[in-house]
Amino acid sequence: MGDHHHGPAKGLSRWLYTTNHKDIGTMYLWFSFAMFLLGGAFAMIIRAELFQPGMQLVEPGFFNQMTTLHGLVMVFGAIMPSFVGLANWLIPMMIGAPDMALPRMNNWSFWILPPAFLMLASTLLMEGGAPAFGWTFYAPLSTTYAPPSVTFFIFAIHILGVSSIMGSINIIATVMNMRAPGMTYMKMPLFVWTWLITAFLLVAVMPVLAGAVTMMLMDIHFGTSFFSAAGGGDPVLFQHIFWFFGHPEVYIIILPAFGVISQIIPAFSRKPLFGYASMVYATAAIAFLSFIVWAHHMYTVGMPVAGELFFMYATMLIAVPTGVKVFNWVTTMWRGAMTFETPMLFSIGFLVLFTIGGFTGLMLSIAPADFQYHDTYFVVAHFHYVMVAGAVFSMTAAIYFWLPKWTGRMYNETMGKVHFWVSFIGFNITFFPQHFVGLAGMPRRIPDYALQFADFNMMSSIGAFIYGASQLLFLYNVIAAIVAGEKVSDEKVWDGAEGLEWTLPSPPPYHTFETPPKIEEQPAH
Amino acid sequence: MLNARALAATALLPLVANAQNQVNMSTGVSEAGAVITDLGVEIYDLHMLIFWICVVIGIGVFGVMLYSIYAHRKSKGVEPSQFHEHTGVEIAWTIVPFFILIGMAVPATSTLLEVYDNDDAEMSILVTGYQWKWKYEYLDADGDNVAFFSNLATSQEQIYNTDTKGENYLLEVDEPLVIPVDTKVRFLITANDVIHSWWVPEIAVKRDAIPGFINEAWTRVLAEGVYRGQCTELCGSYHGFMPVVVHVVGQGEFDDWMAAKKGAAAADAALAATELSVDELMARGEDIYNASCLACHGANGEGGLGNAIAGSAIAVGGLDSHLNVIVNGVAGTAMQAFGAQLSDVDVAAVTTYQRNAFGNNTGDVVQASDVVSYKEG
Repeated sequence: MGDHHHGPAKGLSRWLYTTNHKDIGTMYLWFSFAMFLLGGAFAMIIRAELFQPGMQLVEPGFFNQMTTLHGLVMVFGAIMPSFVGLANWLIPMMIGAPDMALPRMNNWSFWILPPAFLMLASTLLMEGGAPAFGWTFYAPLSTTYAPPSVTFFIFAIHILGVSSIMGSINIIATVMNMRAPGMTYMKMPLFVWTWLITAFLLVAVMPVLAGAVTMMLMDIHFGTSFFSAAGGGDPVLFQHIFWFFGHPEVYIIILPAFGVISQIIPAFSRKPLFGYASMVYATAAIAFLSFIVWAHHMYTVGMPVAGELFFMYATMLIAVPTGVKVFNWVTTMWRGAMTFETPMLFSIGFLVLFTIGGFTGLMLSIAPADFQYHDTYFVVAHFHYVMVAGAVFSMTAAIYFWLPKWTGRMYNETMGKVHFWVSFIGFNITFFPQHFVGLAGMPRRIPDYALQFADFNMMSSIGAFIYGASQLLFLYNVIAAIVAGEKVSDEKVWDGAEGLEWTLPSPPPYHTFETPPKIEEQPAH
Repeated sequence: MLNARALAATALLPLVANAQNQVNMSTGVSEAGAVITDLGVEIYDLHMLIFWICVVIGIGVFGVMLYSIYAHRKSKGVEPSQFHEHTGVEIAWTIVPFFILIGMAVPATSTLLEVYDNDDAEMSILVTGYQWKWKYEYLDADGDNVAFFSNLATSQEQIYNTDTKGENYLLEVDEPLVIPVDTKVRFLITANDVIHSWWVPEIAVKRDAIPGFINEAWTRVLAEGVYRGQCTELCGSYHGFMPVVVHVVGQGEFDDWMAAKKGAAAADAALAATELSVDELMARGEDIYNASCLACHGANGEGGLGNAIAGSAIAVGGLDSHLNVIVNGVAGTAMQAFGAQLSDVDVAAVTTYQRNAFGNNTGDVVQASDVVSYKEG
């Protein structure tokens, strides 16, 4: 060895052939931000059409294509890859490993994503249009009644699944095998813990999704009847399979977010995370429960009452470990010495809004009440509180928190704070009124609505434009920091930051921890 | 300053003008103060119970957090404490929420059991979802069922903003479901094509309509009135345009309505045996076209989701192939088999209309007897 001269290769081949976790992490993050803007553009079209009652800008069929692609692109293109990017950058640096365990597979799991999304986006130009059956693609609307482009959609989902499974295997292998000596499981930073559990969830449920879309493919092209009663199948079977994937999926999205928040709140409270062990156990409990609650998405399909009761009780139980997490975060802040830089602001925003999303989640778990909430805007409001104010806010916090470490340059703090406040206000103007219209009876996924919903929808649209615009400020701030941000002199960057990544120079060299660091005899959290 | 205020006031005008922005679930009680359904009231109460529990917990959590943000900040020179666990507290906030949940689960369970209590219904109605309308069929012990389709009544002009939107924009139908007051009605809910969901918020009934399976739901409405809802499961392009309207009337009025319906069905059957004039067929055909064809094929037969009818080879070509499309639909497309949805007279009328409207001046006149003989092959 002794061959320490090699930095990155030059030009395009650096990115195409790279097996470096930092390069791959960077590509994941940029790709997911591009998808975030694309999915956001679809959302802007949706909100523009819903600005007023009546059909103005698009046709109902195209509107459905927009809601479908918005959901698919945001879930599979923006949120999931962004956290994989974060895992790539951070997990090796947090556990004192030189790289991911399977670097070539790492390269592959990223590079199959862009073609998959290119294929998904290209369905917009196909005859019959893009998939228009919602991101949950319930059969038979997604099979017998689907546009021809559904086959491309199925293939895209397969590729995304392969990418996710490879990424997860890599994370599991890395965390299990490459921790620095002395880094026991219960000394791992919480972000690593949440990702380890998430990776197991992904490996467990992505094949289920692959099974669902494969059955669709068979029904569409090869004459089977998995989801058609006429041939002895059952459309509800599709929903059971989809949500057996889909419910763990929402925790796949939110658990790494929990990990991020568990790193940031202690840093800016200058106080260790409260209840580290219970955080780990709560995460595991949530992951376990995620496998036995799927049918709470299906309270109205006509399940037997015993099934309804089981899924209601199991779902309500999720409130317990989730509550533990929220209490732990608040107690971490308690009697700390807090400062409120942008990452902390986004984390507190997360804490408040995610908790509201948790409350509405608890309400939705109550089966008889859910008969009134189901498939209304109340649900839309609920899951945007946990997906946007949960996952996206925490991701934003993570970018502001670690960007100085990654690039060695500081973002503009004032601009960051403005971004936070505009996002926070815009988000709430968008989604809070959706609770009202949902309770008042507005179904989701409709391109036009009755007049009594007009005012709140207009408010919602205005909020969405504000929230959408604020993300451009974010983009500018990040680029400005990379290009010309003030150099960071300190390794720690934040005076309360803890963990191995903060012992590295800012920016870290291309290869780090080629010799494992020594873990001190004190809790790493 | 004043100007800015006036400007702000104008901007807020739409918000102030409509003071009836409903922000909560239907209470299950009518504006006049009458209980609409007992179950609706119970569900509303359950919803509010959970809501208030959440509010109290929220005030606690956010209160502690806000106080902490106010008091425990570095700028106040606070030295951070270093405590990081407390077994007693951690066990407490695991156990206590568990008991709160049990407190919620008890009323939720009893309400759910009521939702599922479909026994002892006094009448049954088969509700079938179609793309994009509902069919209601009153099941009669003697087999003398009354059935009809319920289509959106809002005009395309209102939807496309060339006409003023009415009070019940998108929540109005040509023929509502009519049920008698204070009668336990059982709904058997299914679908013909994709999954739909039948929902009327004020009477608190929502159930998915699944092709090939029949779901049960029930209601006993205690207050006469008109209750409106919508399809709540994405069912294709016009998902937003298939409302549910329920008229709840006194038993006497219901009986009269039912008798009239049966009379009309008999009259339709009689009509099928007679020859209609071109004008009668065209007028009837236009109504049916507007209700059943227009959404996909356009107001002037120009096409849209479906193919154009104006000048189409099918509409101006051989009659049998035209009837084939209308009666049997086109497999694998959204074109449904209208032979099962429309009476023979109506198929004859709409076929005549399509062959003579939009510049398709074939001059063909199709009678019900032609449809019958076509169906018999």
